[in-house]
Amino acid sequence: MASLQMAALLSAPSTPVPSDRVRVGSLRLSASSSSAARNGGALVVRSEAKVSGGGASARGLSLITHAVAEKAAAASSADSKPGHELLLFEALREGLDEEMERDPTVCVMGEDVGHYGGSYKVTKGLATKYGDLRVLDTPIAENSFTGMGIGSAMTGLRPVVEGMNMGFLLLAYNQISNNCGMLHYTSGGQFKIPIVIRGPGGVGRQLGAEHSQRLESYFQSIPGLQMVACSTPYNAKGLMKAAIRSENPVVLFEHVLLYNLKERIPDEEYVLSLEEAEMVRPGEHVTILTYSRMRYHVMQAAKTLVNKGYDPEVIDIRSLKPFDLYTIGNSIKKTHRVLIVEECMRTGGIGASLRSAIIDNFWDYLDAPILCLSSQDVPTPYAGTLENWTVVQPEQIVAAVEQLCK
Amino acid sequence: MAAFSAVKIPPPQFTTVRSSSQRPGSSPAHFAHSPSAFNSISFGSAKSVRSRPLFAVSSDVVSSDKTKPASSSAFIVNCDMIWRSRLVHCLVVAVTREVALELYEDMVLGRAFEDMCAQMYYRGKMFGFVHLYNGQEAVSTGFIKLLNQSDKVVSTYRDHVHALSKGVPSREVMAELFGKATGCCRGQGGSMHMFSAAHNVLGGFAFIGEGIPVATGAAFSAKYHHEVLKQSKPEGLDVTLAFFGDGTCNNGQFFECLNMAQLWKLPIIFVVENNLWAIGMSHLRATSDPEIWKKGPAFGMPGVHVDGMDVLKVREVAQEAIARARRGEGPTLVECETYRFRGHSLADPDELRKPDEKAHYAARDPIIALKKYIIEHGLASESELKSIDKKIDDVVEDAVEFADSSPLPPRTQLLENVFADPKGFGIGPDGKYRCEDPLFTQGTAQV
Repeated sequence: MASLQMAALLSAPSTPVPSDRVRVGSLRLSASSSSAARNGGALVVRSEAKVSGGGASARGLSLITHAVAEKAAAASSADSKPGHELLLFEALREGLDEEMERDPTVCVMGEDVGHYGGSYKVTKGLATKYGDLRVLDTPIAENSFTGMGIGSAMTGLRPVVEGMNMGFLLLAYNQISNNCGMLHYTSGGQFKIPIVIRGPGGVGRQLGAEHSQRLESYFQSIPGLQMVACSTPYNAKGLMKAAIRSENPVVLFEHVLLYNLKERIPDEEYVLSLEEAEMVRPGEHVTILTYSRMRYHVMQAAKTLVNKGYDPEVIDIRSLKPFDLYTIGNSIKKTHRVLIVEECMRTGGIGASLRSAIIDNFWDYLDAPILCLSSQDVPTPYAGTLENWTVVQPEQIVAAVEQLCK
Repeated sequence: MAAFSAVKIPPPQFTTVRSSSQRPGSSPAHFAHSPSAFNSISFGSAKSVRSRPLFAVSSDVVSSDKTKPASSSAFIVNCDMIWRSRLVHCLVVAVTREVALELYEDMVLGRAFEDMCAQMYYRGKMFGFVHLYNGQEAVSTGFIKLLNQSDKVVSTYRDHVHALSKGVPSREVMAELFGKATGCCRGQGGSMHMFSAAHNVLGGFAFIGEGIPVATGAAFSAKYHHEVLKQSKPEGLDVTLAFFGDGTCNNGQFFECLNMAQLWKLPIIFVVENNLWAIGMSHLRATSDPEIWKKGPAFGMPGVHVDGMDVLKVREVAQEAIARARRGEGPTLVECETYRFRGHSLADPDELRKPDEKAHYAARDPIIALKKYIIEHGLASESELKSIDKKIDDVVEDAVEFADSSPLPPRTQLLENVFADPKGFGIGPDGKYRCEDPLFTQGTAQV
């Protein structure tokens, strides 16, 4: 797959393109998707102010029929469109690579990030390029190597610490909560900790309870920590770069099932704002706030809702801490109805915090109670059917919107 | 005071130093200790260390009559004999007058400061958990006075004296303890979180073991600066010292960091301040093998045991360990046998420690011992030492006055410094959350 991408990148953008493939910046769908999907693209308005260069100002984003986009067979005809296509994990790698090239103090630490290339291949090839010290294979000691990352961040480096699975970072909770979050404060501002802690989390395909954890809710009350969740190759690369450049400690949540999403991203360098939310689909009737994998379930439900005559506004909040209350607020002022769809647990989750933040700030604009759909408060079961019922499915989202808009 | 009585105290509870010569198969000659009965720590030349990297060296004196039994029994070599025999050896490794006075002054500062802390605590000027360092000054002074400005120190909650030895002004430390805005951490850290970017004190950690990975990271950073960023210094790598206690040596982070430090040959020295007690838990009741220095060779690094009540011995060990680290040869584990004269903290009634144990170590008070050494060697006169004492008293008094007269932190300071880059966070000057400001993502919402 990587070679196809390289071929697309390297070949000059002058080969003729079949007309039915002309689609600016779309997500690749499988050949079996209907033409309805191709025509029903919603325009994505990019709100980031930091995009450099003259990249496409708007990208068409088709509705996705599956939670995980399937890879198309032939990519070679995509040459004449601006940008290049890649998968989400490659976008993360590209962002990391660009930052490591730009700033020699950026380094990576984690288990199997070097020679193995990362458990999801996010750091593949980086060790050969930058050496074993910059892409450090650590022993299996999460607490200690996270602490090591913090110590080196305090003394001038900018480490990116990878948890092989986000759940493993529970072992590093001591360091993340006590040191990462607190040291800037307890030192009176003397030491900054520009560390990025990232890793795949979320409910996968029958990975079992311990590998399917959603730690957003665990980390969100730690003062001093900033959290973002990426969901598309475009925002994965942009958020990775922004997180590395940020002076704050940032936890970047990736999702195991989204690593193979393919998208066309600009060739020019771009950095996204860590605190901004992304407007996925503007609408009038109801605001649906979501992040990470649930974005795709929401978009799938949106297709059904559109057919039923509703016009949902879908916002991918991206920034889990702090919330982009500006974008969210503007949306609520327009639609007056809010549905939150999230993958983390109900108790003490991101949705719970978001709900209270909205009530605090936008109470007068609400016409209906805020609905929050979250995963069940159970350890993720192994059985496929049970696992599906643990997370929010598109049917539930449709039902919730219908209830909200009654 | 009746300093050194020639009493042999045979308590079964605590073990003392070991010499590697007691173990079968090990050959002490590799460590180039002098053929005389007493040796201090000698790594000898670097060569000897490299040829047998797995053996530990014990630094304590073996008494001249070789009555020292096998390693398993508990036996305390009479400290008077230690000093006397040490005196002879010390002449070989001379300490100059300047150095001796510097060490004396630093230890007296540590002691006077901690005593003043106790006073202030009981007068209600400082609160919370305050852990005092009385009795352990030799370790802090012995190690930290050898460091450069750019070397790093990482400590635990018993960190006042580490900060003072590294050069943080007493005024700032005292103000921090009083919780004033002029403290080294603006009053936000407190007794257990002493930080100083200017003096490279990286804290101050309340949970034990927490600082060791941070110290490992600082050492990693030093190596990275040298190898990747090519910012080398003529004197060698920047060294990091990690101080922690005997209780920490049973914690996972300790072992994980020993492994990583040796694996990558990081310029770090793990200094164990073994004062035999973790609050009320005796080291011997908590540890399967109480000889901590042995855990170094288990990971491939030298493990050294040194008498932590003797600043000159500590300094000698420290010199070698620091030189090793600067050359890039990797970490060292140094176990300092020391003792805290006060309880674990000012709230600890200290009922579990036996009086004879306390008396034994009180007799080995490092300051008194150094004073005796200085006078016996004619490095300074009694009155000069007294004038240093007086000077330190003035410094500490001034620190208290400064702290007393400093302002308390204002309300506006509460939400500052939570984030280095506070774009969306906290409450802005207009009283609303910053993330509501439409300009916040452009970084205009500054603290």
